Amino acid sequence: MILPYYIIIPLLTAFIISLIAGKKDIYAIWLSFIATTALLILSIYSLLTSKHETITYTMSGWKIPFGIVLVQDALTSFTLVTVNIIAFTAILFSINYIRYLSSDWKYYALFMLLLTGMNGVVVTGDLFNLYVLMEIALFAAFALVAYGSRAEEFEAAFKYAVMGSISSFMILLGIAVTYSATSYLTMAKVAEVLPLVDKKVVFWVGALFIAGFSLKAASIPFHSWLPDAHSSAPAPISAMLSGVLIKALGIYVLLRIFYNVLDAPEIFLKAFLVLGTISILIGVFLAIGQWDFKRLLAYHSISQIGYILLGIGIGTPLGILGAVFHLLNHAIFKGLLFLNSGAVEIALGTRDLRKMGNLSKILPVTSQTSLIASLSISGIPPFNGFFSKLIIIIAAIEANLPWYAFFGIIGSLLTLASFMKVQRYGFKAENVIEVASNKIDWRMNLAMILLAALCILTSMMVIPGIREVTLDPVVSVVANKTEYIKLVLGGLNEN
Amino acid sequence: MIVYILCFVLFLVGIYGAITKRDLIKIILSISILGYSVNLLFILFAYRSESIYPILSKGKEILPMVDPLPQALVLTSIVIELGTTAMLVALAVRLFEKYKTFDITQIRRLKG
Amino acid sequence: MHKHEGMTLIVKTVTRISVWMILLYGTYIVFHGHLSPGGGFAGGVIIALALLNVLLAYGRNFVTEWLSIKFLHGLESLAASFFVIIGILGMVYVGYFLGNYLSKGELFNLLSAGTILPLNIVIGIKVGTSLFIVIWFLSELKIDKGE
Repeated sequence: MILPYYIIIPLLTAFIISLIAGKKDIYAIWLSFIATTALLILSIYSLLTSKHETITYTMSGWKIPFGIVLVQDALTSFTLVTVNIIAFTAILFSINYIRYLSSDWKYYALFMLLLTGMNGVVVTGDLFNLYVLMEIALFAAFALVAYGSRAEEFEAAFKYAVMGSISSFMILLGIAVTYSATSYLTMAKVAEVLPLVDKKVVFWVGALFIAGFSLKAASIPFHSWLPDAHSSAPAPISAMLSGVLIKALGIYVLLRIFYNVLDAPEIFLKAFLVLGTISILIGVFLAIGQWDFKRLLAYHSISQIGYILLGIGIGTPLGILGAVFHLLNHAIFKGLLFLNSGAVEIALGTRDLRKMGNLSKILPVTSQTSLIASLSISGIPPFNGFFSKLIIIIAAIEANLPWYAFFGIIGSLLTLASFMKVQRYGFKAENVIEVASNKIDWRMNLAMILLAALCILTSMMVIPGIREVTLDPVVSVVANKTEYIKLVLGGLNEN
Repeated sequence: MIVYILCFVLFLVGIYGAITKRDLIKIILSISILGYSVNLLFILFAYRSESIYPILSKGKEILPMVDPLPQALVLTSIVIELGTTAMLVALAVRLFEKYKTFDITQIRRLKG
Repeated sequence: MHKHEGMTLIVKTVTRISVWMILLYGTYIVFHGHLSPGGGFAGGVIIALALLNVLLAYGRNFVTEWLSIKFLHGLESLAASFFVIIGILGMVYVGYFLGNYLSKGELFNLLSAGTILPLNIVIGIKVGTSLFIVIWFLSELKIDKGE
């Protein structure tokens, strides 16, 4: 019964915020804060209590092949927790940050719509409903990228909107072909019927979906919108877009469709391997030459998404474990790094690494947490990034793909080099900069400290006892491929 | 068969326009074409030969109908397209305010 | 008042008479969504187009005085909230989001088909007002001639 609330709570909050517009902004802040807190608590509660069963919820009581169905299994709960942790910290950070841009209710209403779309994409079990909710998230994202009303932001938002629309229509075309071949839109039913139809259909559908969702996930040949959009948005929104939007709309859906619905055809797994490796290398090469802090982080998102795609492409349970674990870890440390960049930007008024300096005195919390995040993203033990990358590389070697493992290690070393540059020129530089007043309040610091703590805590998930309750059920959902059909259509756990 | 291929050609026309055109308004029009081609394909997939529109009205005998679900989906997709177009037009107007041009080769402040 | 604004007298007079008919037709489409083609979205678009007609014929200043944009905005958010609330009431009464808890009535009657009619009305208001507001905001932007 909990399932529809992931969509209802943020949607209703967005409408109520817009209803009381013109009154004080404090209402919007409180409403959105309460909503994100409630969602965080709900998602953690359902992760702990669901016991990794598959729960289905039919909208307005229509039985499964006829109506829209919401599905919750281990993968869903895991992604929901990831999304809502980042949303909670981003709202906490925005309360003060957004006052320096232009404080009003529109920001919070759009933020809630973004959250509606992402939560909806994760919980839905219906292809067309997935498309609709994806569009809700994307519209909110376009508007939020352009929120600062500067020329560059409109440019980035337009580019993002054009690319996003093209990929959405490719996905819609894929859904149309799927429907004509199978006469179903419910994912489990599609998966059931698809082995009976012509193999060419699976190829076409897979090709359209891989083009559409790779564009959403910004793997390399489809990446051109990401650095502009993610570096132009306000910092908490960059954290949301880079941390969870490209994963909820890209990686999660790729996992769901290619493993659970299409039964992981060999040719597409090869495509993931190649896309992932190219993304790792080119992303990091492009990142290393950047001097704009946020742009550098945006290019690193492409490279880190490459690791996740590599893990998906390997296809063994160990590879999927690495991919899923890296999904969570990347959301946490990239979210933290973008929040750091926002704090630096409002304190110093610049994003250029060459103009920063002396930050450990001005912003002690920001510089310490950014050090943790940098170590985490470049894969230094005991931080979480190390373990997930290690698992992916070991999986590549075990699956007899030594070259991919080699490229993964090269990518990781270059990431380390690039973040040494960030620390050396940005946070630890010796430029003496005078800042009149401290603009970072306790809520922003709290958000950054929370994520920094999670960077260390989530690395505990590789300890066997903890891994068995957190990551292994997720891996079993993905690795069991079309077991999903039985779990959803079984009707045993329906409530 | 030929109608499906023509539909797909229309889809490719949309992608070609969105990628190669330099004018913001032409890009928006290309994206609309892209959307229409997908909608048209949906409706074609729903077609059954010798059947009527799926609307029940008073005193009408029940005959074989075309598949009504894609028609409902197309309505939803039209609403989403309306949103896309409105969003793109609003962004294009704002871009014109800032840059005084619709030519994307001159809208290039973001690089690298 | 704003004599110099908008279009000619002929257009204004025709608009003054026809706008109410178009509004009525839009309302008809909204209310018969469950019986005939149309429904909330189609009817809402017609309502928005009727208002757009006034905007074109009389100019922006007149419309701003005639209709309170703030009121339209409130109406839009209220309609959207009502949609979700009707859905939640479904959870209260039958246990499913957007579940039907009203009587289904008799076929081909206006008051039939349960919650579809209220949902259509709410969507009609939402689409009509929000589409008009979008056009109103786009017409606000002043564009100087480019090179």
